[in-house]
Amino acid sequence: MTDAQQPDALLRVRNLSKRFGGIVATDDLSLDVRQGELHALIGPNGAGKTTLITQLTGQLTPDSGAVLFAGRDIGGLPAYRRSQLGLARSFQITSLFLDMTALDNVALAVQAHAGHSFRFWTPARGEAELREPARAALARVGLSERMNVRAAAMSHGEHRLIELAMALAADPRLLLLDEPMAGLGPEESARMVTLLRELKRDYAILLVEHDMEAVFALADRITVLVYGRSIATGAPDAIRANDDVKRAYLGEQKAVTRHG
Amino acid sequence: MLLFIEQLLNGLQFGLLLFLLAAGLTLVFGIMDMVNLAHGSLYMMGAYFAATFAAWTGSFIVGVVLALGATFLLGIVLEYVALRHLYGRDHLDHVLATFGLILFFNELVRVVWGPEGLSLPLPSWLTFPIRILPGVYYPAYRLGIIVVSLLVAGFLYVLVMRTRIGMLIRAGASNREMAGALGVNIKLLFTVVFGLGAALAGLAGLMQAPILTVQIGMGENILILAFVIIVIGGIGSIRGAFIAAVFVGLIDTLGRSFLPDLLRHILSSTAASTAAPAISSMLIYLLMAVVLVVRPEGLFPASRR
Amino acid sequence: MMKQSLLSVRGIAVAAVLLMLALLPVYSHVTGNIFALTLFTRVLIYALAAASLNLIMGYGGMMSFGHAAYLGIGGYAVGILAHEGILSGFIQWPVAIAVSALFALVIGALSLRTRGVYFIMITLAFAQMAYYIAAGMARYGGDDGLTIYKRSDFAGLIDLSDKVQFYYLCFVLLIAAVYLIHRIVNARFGMVVQGARSNERRMQAIGFPTYRYRLTCFVIAGTLCGIAGALLANNTDFVSPAIMYWTRSGDLMVMVILGGMGSLFGPVFGAIVLLVLEELLSQFTEYWQIILGPMLLLIVLFARGGIDGMLGRRDHD
Repeated sequence: MTDAQQPDALLRVRNLSKRFGGIVATDDLSLDVRQGELHALIGPNGAGKTTLITQLTGQLTPDSGAVLFAGRDIGGLPAYRRSQLGLARSFQITSLFLDMTALDNVALAVQAHAGHSFRFWTPARGEAELREPARAALARVGLSERMNVRAAAMSHGEHRLIELAMALAADPRLLLLDEPMAGLGPEESARMVTLLRELKRDYAILLVEHDMEAVFALADRITVLVYGRSIATGAPDAIRANDDVKRAYLGEQKAVTRHG
Repeated sequence: MLLFIEQLLNGLQFGLLLFLLAAGLTLVFGIMDMVNLAHGSLYMMGAYFAATFAAWTGSFIVGVVLALGATFLLGIVLEYVALRHLYGRDHLDHVLATFGLILFFNELVRVVWGPEGLSLPLPSWLTFPIRILPGVYYPAYRLGIIVVSLLVAGFLYVLVMRTRIGMLIRAGASNREMAGALGVNIKLLFTVVFGLGAALAGLAGLMQAPILTVQIGMGENILILAFVIIVIGGIGSIRGAFIAAVFVGLIDTLGRSFLPDLLRHILSSTAASTAAPAISSMLIYLLMAVVLVVRPEGLFPASRR
Repeated sequence: MMKQSLLSVRGIAVAAVLLMLALLPVYSHVTGNIFALTLFTRVLIYALAAASLNLIMGYGGMMSFGHAAYLGIGGYAVGILAHEGILSGFIQWPVAIAVSALFALVIGALSLRTRGVYFIMITLAFAQMAYYIAAGMARYGGDDGLTIYKRSDFAGLIDLSDKVQFYYLCFVLLIAAVYLIHRIVNARFGMVVQGARSNERRMQAIGFPTYRYRLTCFVIAGTLCGIAGALLANNTDFVSPAIMYWTRSGDLMVMVILGGMGSLFGPVFGAIVLLVLEELLSQFTEYWQIILGPMLLLIVLFARGGIDGMLGRRDHD
C-alpha cells in the first residue's frame, strides 16, 4: 500500500533502524497506526518492541529512518515535546512517583499539559483545573476509591492502572501502551481488556503485549516483530494464518498464552 | 629552561602523588560505589603514623614501612566497623557519614598528637641532589617519589590487569551484581580493596610528609583534587586516574610557576599579580567543569553499569 | 496547611520552637545573658541558609556541595561595597541579592546538566573556585578576610548594630523565607521540582522540560542563601574566603540532614541542634567534634528522617 492509499495514518514509522554495537534492535522497520484503530505489536522477547517505543517517544535516537506524527516529522523533538503533541506512553516497568498519591501522580500528568508551571503561590493540590481531569482519568480506570493512597502502598495491578490513567490524563491522541497487562492476574487482565476496549473508541492505540488472548480480542491490526524486523502486518485472522508468523513465534508457544 | 625542567619534574611528582591518592579513591568508588570523603583522613593518618614511627624507631625506612602497614590495617578496621554498613545506600548518606569521619579523625589527631602538627625529617642519604642531565640537578627524594609512584602504578597495573584478584576487581567495577552472582566473595573483596585504597592513601601521605606538611586537616585540601582527578579520568578507571593525575599535577605546578609571567604579557602588572594566583588555583576546577560538560562520564570511563 | 494538625507532636514542637525563638531576646534581656542572643542570631542566619539548601536538596533532590559559596557571595557583596564606602543597606542588599542570583544562574546552568555524584563534584568545584577568587582579591583582604567597620545602614528604618533589632530582623527573614518555601513547594512549580526529584525521566516523558524548573529552583535557593550571607557579614562584621570552603557546605548539609530533609522546619531544627550542640559540647570538652563525627554516622545509619522524622510521619507539608 502506498502512502496515498493509507487512510488517516496518525503515526507513521518509516524505515526505522537502530543498532547497539553488534546487535540490531530495529531493522528497517515501517508501520503505521491509524486514527481509531488498536494496532498490536507482538513478537518474542528481545524482538525490540520496547526499543521501538523508546524511539517513538524520543528517549532514544534511531540511527536512521523517520517517525511522523499527524503528518509531522517528530525526529528531532525531545521527549517532553512529543508528549505535548499528543503522544502518550505507559511504561512496561512501572515508573511512577512512588512517594506521591495516585491522584498526585495523575495530576502531574495533567499539569504537564496545562501550560507552564511557573506558578509559585497557589497550592497545586487545590487547583480544580488539575485535580478534576486527574479524578476523571482515575475513575475511567476504576481507581476512584484509591485516589489518595500513596503509590508505594498500592499493588502492582493498581500501578499498571495508574500508568494507564497517567497516559489518559495527558489528553493524548495516540497511546503507546507497553505491556499494560504485565504481571496481572486473570481477573485484573480481564478488566484491563474491557478497559482497553472502551478506550479504543476514543484513542488510537499502539499496544505492545504478550498476552495473546488480549491481543486477538482487541486488535484491529497486528504487526509481528522478530529481531527488530516486521515479518507480517495485517488483520488478526490473517496473522493467525500466516506461516512465517507461526514458524517464528506462535508455533513455539501455545496460541493462547498467559504472561505472568 | 632549567626552571622549566625542574617544574616539569615537580609537576610529574605532584601528579604521581595525586595518582596514588586518586587510585584508592576511584577503586572504592568504582567497585563499592562509595563516596569516601574520609579518604583524605587516611592520607593524613599515613603521614602522622610515619612521622611517629620514624621518631620512635629512629629509622626513616622502618617508620615508613610500619606506617604503611598501620594505615592498611586502619583501612580494614574502618571498613569492617563503619563503612560496610553503608554499601548500597544513597551517595548522600556516604557523604554525610564520611564527613562525620573527617571531623572525628581531625579531632582524634588533635587529641593524640596535639594541634601543632609534626615533622618528618629526611635521612641524610636522601637529601643530596642527583644529576639527571648535564647541569641539571634534582633532589634525590623527589626523584624517589617519582620512582616509587611509578613502581606502585606498575604494580597496580599488573594486579588489575594480570591477576585473578585484578579480574575480580575489574568485574566488580563494571558490574557488581553480576560479580556477586557469580559467587565471588564480595565482602572479602570489598574489605581488601578498601584496605588497598587506604594503603595507597597512606603512602601518598607519608611520602609528601617530608617535603610538604603533616598537620590536621591536610587531607581536605588534597582530597578535593583527588575527586577532581577521578571525575576527569572516569570513575572506576585506574588508567584514567593515572593520566588525569599526571595531567592535573603538571597543569597545576606549571600553571602556578609560569602563569603569572604569561599573564604579565597580556595584562597589566597589577592585574596579573592579582589574577594569577586565583586563576592557577582555579585551573584544575575549570578543567573538571569543562570535562563534565563535554564528556560527563570522564575521559576513560571504566564501564557501563 | 502548614502542619498536619496543630495538636500533633510535630505541630507542638514547631510551635514551641517558634515561641522560644520569638521570646529569646526577652529572656536574654531579663537574665542579662547576651551570649544566648548572639548565639541564636547565628542560629537564625544558618537556619535561613539551611532552609535554602533544603529547598534544592530535600525537595529538589539536587545535592549541592557548594552551597556555602552563596554565603560568601552575599557577604562579600556587602563587604566590598562597605569597603568602597557604600554603606547604605538599600544598595548593598539588592546588590547581594542580584549577584547571588547571577552566580546561581551560571553555576546552576552548567551543573544541572550533570546528575548524581557528578553534580555534587561540579558544585563543589564551583564553590572552590569562588573560594580561590576571594582569596585572590588582595584589595579586599585576600586570605585574611575583610573587616566590615560599619554595618549596613538602613537610614533610621532599623539599626543593625542594635543586637535585639538585628535578631528580630533575622527572625522575620527566616520566617518569611520558610513561608515562601512552603508556598513554592506546594504550588505547581514545586510539584514539578519534587516530581523531578522522584523520577526525572518520567517527568520528561509526561511532558515537563524539567531543566528550566530545576534551574529556577537553584537560583531561588542561591539567592536566599545570599541574603543569609549578607546577614552573616553584618553579624560578624567580617567576611573571609573561609566561609566558602567546601567543608562549610558540608556543615550546611549536616544541618539539613540532621533536621530532616524535605521537611519545612527541619532546617531550623537542624541549625538549632547543630550550633547549640557545638556550644554545649565545647563547654565539656575541647574535642567535641570527636563526638559529633560518629554521631553523624549513627544518624545516617539509624535515624534517616532526621529530627523531623523522629517527630512523626507526614504526608506532605
